[in-house]
Amino acid sequence: MSAITTSITQAPEAWSLPYRGKVAMACLIIAESSIFTIFVVAYLFYVGKSLTGPTPRDVLETPIFYTICLLSSSLTIHFASRFLERGNRAVFLGLWFLTIVLGSLFLFGTGQEWHRLIYEHGLTISTNLFGTTYYSLVGLHATHVTVGLLMLGIVLLFGLAGLVGPEQSARVDVLAMYWHFVDAVWVVVFTVVYVLGR
Amino acid sequence: MLSDAMAIQTAEATGRPWVETLHEWVTTVDHKRLGILYILFALVFLVIGGIEAVIMRIQLMWPHNNFVSPQFFNRMFTMHGTTMIFFVAMPILFGFANYLVPLMIGARDMAFPRLNAFSFWLTALGGFLLYFSFVGGSGLYGAGNAPDVGWWAYAPLTSRAFSPGHSSDYWTIAVLVSGFGSIGTAINLIATILCMRCPGMTLGRMPLLAWLNLVMSAMVLITITPLSAAQIMLLVDRYLGGHFFDTQAGGSAAIWMHFFWIFGHPEVYILIIPCFAFMSEIIPVFSRKPIFGYPVMVGATVCIGFVSMSVWAHHMFSIGMSSYSNAFFTLTSMVVGVPTGIKIFNWLGTMWGGKLIFRTPMLFCIAFLFQFLIAGLTGIMLAVSPFDWQLTGSYFVVAHFHYVIVGGIIFALFGAFYYWYPKMAGKMLNEPLGKLHFWLFVIGFHLTFDLMHVPGILGMPRRIYTYEPGRGWDTLNLLVTIGTFIQGIAVLVFVANLIYSYFQGPRAGNDPWDAWTLEWSVSSPPPEYNFATIPAVASRRPLWDRKHPEDPDSRYE
Repeated sequence: MSAITTSITQAPEAWSLPYRGKVAMACLIIAESSIFTIFVVAYLFYVGKSLTGPTPRDVLETPIFYTICLLSSSLTIHFASRFLERGNRAVFLGLWFLTIVLGSLFLFGTGQEWHRLIYEHGLTISTNLFGTTYYSLVGLHATHVTVGLLMLGIVLLFGLAGLVGPEQSARVDVLAMYWHFVDAVWVVVFTVVYVLGR
Repeated sequence: MLSDAMAIQTAEATGRPWVETLHEWVTTVDHKRLGILYILFALVFLVIGGIEAVIMRIQLMWPHNNFVSPQFFNRMFTMHGTTMIFFVAMPILFGFANYLVPLMIGARDMAFPRLNAFSFWLTALGGFLLYFSFVGGSGLYGAGNAPDVGWWAYAPLTSRAFSPGHSSDYWTIAVLVSGFGSIGTAINLIATILCMRCPGMTLGRMPLLAWLNLVMSAMVLITITPLSAAQIMLLVDRYLGGHFFDTQAGGSAAIWMHFFWIFGHPEVYILIIPCFAFMSEIIPVFSRKPIFGYPVMVGATVCIGFVSMSVWAHHMFSIGMSSYSNAFFTLTSMVVGVPTGIKIFNWLGTMWGGKLIFRTPMLFCIAFLFQFLIAGLTGIMLAVSPFDWQLTGSYFVVAHFHYVIVGGIIFALFGAFYYWYPKMAGKMLNEPLGKLHFWLFVIGFHLTFDLMHVPGILGMPRRIYTYEPGRGWDTLNLLVTIGTFIQGIAVLVFVANLIYSYFQGPRAGNDPWDAWTLEWSVSSPPPEYNFATIPAVASRRPLWDRKHPEDPDSRYE
C-alpha cells in the first residue's frame, strides 16, 4: 500500500450528524407532498367543470366526527412515542392501540361515505369529473392511511411481543412522522374538498 | 493489509463457479456493485436507444425512403426518447452517484443499502416492462405493439380510442415503476450525504460532486413525483373510466402537458447537474488548480434547482396561454441562464492560469464547455416566446435539446468514464483509443447536430417519417445521417476500449491522476468496506493535505 492511505490522525472535534431515518422520512414526505399537490391542483382545476351531476354541493356531507378522530390520533401517537422514550411501555402500547383505533375509525368513515355516494347518489369514479377527482384524491389519502395503519399494526404486534423498548424510540418516531404527515394532508384535502370545492 | 485482502478475494474469485458470482451480483447491496450494475444496465439501453436513433436517421436519409413504416417510425421515436431519458441518462448518473458519493464523503456504504438494491431492481423492472411491450403490447384488441405516443404521451393520444391495446400501459407502468426507483435512490443519496459524512467533512468541505448530487436528489423528490401522479391519473383514465384528460367529459388535454412538463423541464436539470458535478471534479485535477469559486458553484446550483422548477411552460408557448404566462415563462427561462453562466465562468476560471493536461477526460470536458454554451444559447433563443412560436415542433428544437443531451450530458459522461474507470476497474483506459473515440465523436456530433438546426429553420417539422424532395432539406438530412454513423462508430470504439482495457490495460494504482478527493486514497477497485479506518478530513482537498503536509489547504480555508 502506498503511503497516502495512512489517514491523518488529528482528533476531530465532536462529530454528530442527523439520524438517517428522520432525514429519509422527511425526504419521503417531501416527495409525497409533491404527489398530493398535483392531485389537489387537478381537483381545484376541475371544480365546477363537470358536464353532468351530481355536484359536490348536492352530495357531500362534511365528515366532522371522523376528521376529529384522525386529527386526535396525531396527539395520541405523539404521546405514545414520548412515553416509549421514557420507558413506559404499557402506556405506550395503550396510546399506540388508541391511535390505530382512531385511524381505523377514520377509514371506516371514508368507506361509509363512499358507500353512500355510490349506492344513494350513483357517483362513481367514471360518472363525471367530480367523481374522478374526488375518488382519486380522497382515495390516495385513504391509501396512505391504510399503509400507515399496516405499519402501526406491525409495531403493535412487536410491542405486544415485548420487542419495542426505549432503544427503538428513534425508529418509532420516524413512523410517527409519517402518521403526522398523513394527518396534515387530511387538513389540506378536507379544506379543498369540503370547504373550497363546494 | 488491504492488498492482502484483495489478493485473497481474487484468488477466491477465480476458483468459484460462475453461478455463485452471478448470485453475488444479483443479491448484492454494496453501493459499488450496484453503481456498476446501474452503469452496465444503462450502457445496454444506450446501445438499444442508439440503434433506434440510427433506424430513424436511415429512414430520413433521403426523401420518400421506405426503410420502415410510418407506424414503426412512431414507435421508434417514442422508444428512443423514453429509453434515453429514463433508462440511460437517469440510471447511468445514479450509477456514478452511487459509486462515488460514499467514497468521496468517506463512508462505507449508502445510508440504506437494501433500499439501494431495491431501487436498482425497480429501475431494471421498468426497463424490462418497456421493452416487453414489443411482445405483450398487442393486448386483446390485437392492435399496436410498442408505445407510439411520443415520450411526452400527450392526451388524447393515450386515450383508449387512439391507443387501443396495452402498449401505452406498458409505457405508463414502466415510467411509473422506474420513477419509484429514482425516488428511492434520491432519498438514499440525500440521507447518505447528510448523515454519513466522515469526521471533519462539513457541508462546506464536501466535494462539489456530493453537493451537486444532493441538489439533484432534492429535485428528483419534487419533480419526478408529479410525473408519477400524472401516470396514476392516466391509469385511472384508462382502466377505471376516469376523465382527467378526457376532453369529451370536460377534462383538459392541456393539464396533462402542464403535469408532464412540470416534471419534464426540471428533469433536464436533474440530468445536467450531475454532469456539472463531473466537470467540477475533473477540470480542477487536469488544470492542477483547486476549483474556482466553490461557494458560488454551490449557490448557483441551488439557484438552478429553484429556478428550473418555474420554467416548464416554455415547452407549451404554442398552446395559447395568456400573455402574462408567456411573459413569466420567458423571463424565468432566461433567468436560469444566469447561474448556468456563472458555472461556466467558474470552470473557465479554474482552467485560467492552470497547468492544463490534455488527457481524454479533460478533452471531453473542454468539448462540453463549448457545446453546452451553444446549447444554452439556442435555449435562450427558444425561451423567447415569439421565436418559439416560429420554430416549435421543428428540427431546430430537436437539434437544441440533443445539443444539451449529447453535447452536454453524453460528453460529460464520457469524460467521467475515462476519469473514474481506473478506480472502478483497476485498469487505465487506453489513451490512443480514447483520443480516437473523442475525435470521432466530436466530428460525428457536430456533423449531426450543428446541421440539424438548419432544416429546422427551413421548416422541417419534428416526428415526420418522410418528406418531399426539393425543399432544401435533402443534402442536410443525408449529412446528418452520416454524422449519426460516425457517432455510432465512436461509441463502438469506446465499448471496445472498455473491454480491451479491462483485460489488457495497465494497472491503475490508487491515484493515477494525482487527484485530491477521498476515492483516490483507497485501492482500485476499492475493497468492499471502502475504508479500513474511516478517514478524517480538514479541508476540501484531503489528499492534497496528505501529500503536502508542509502546505495543507486546511491552513487557508
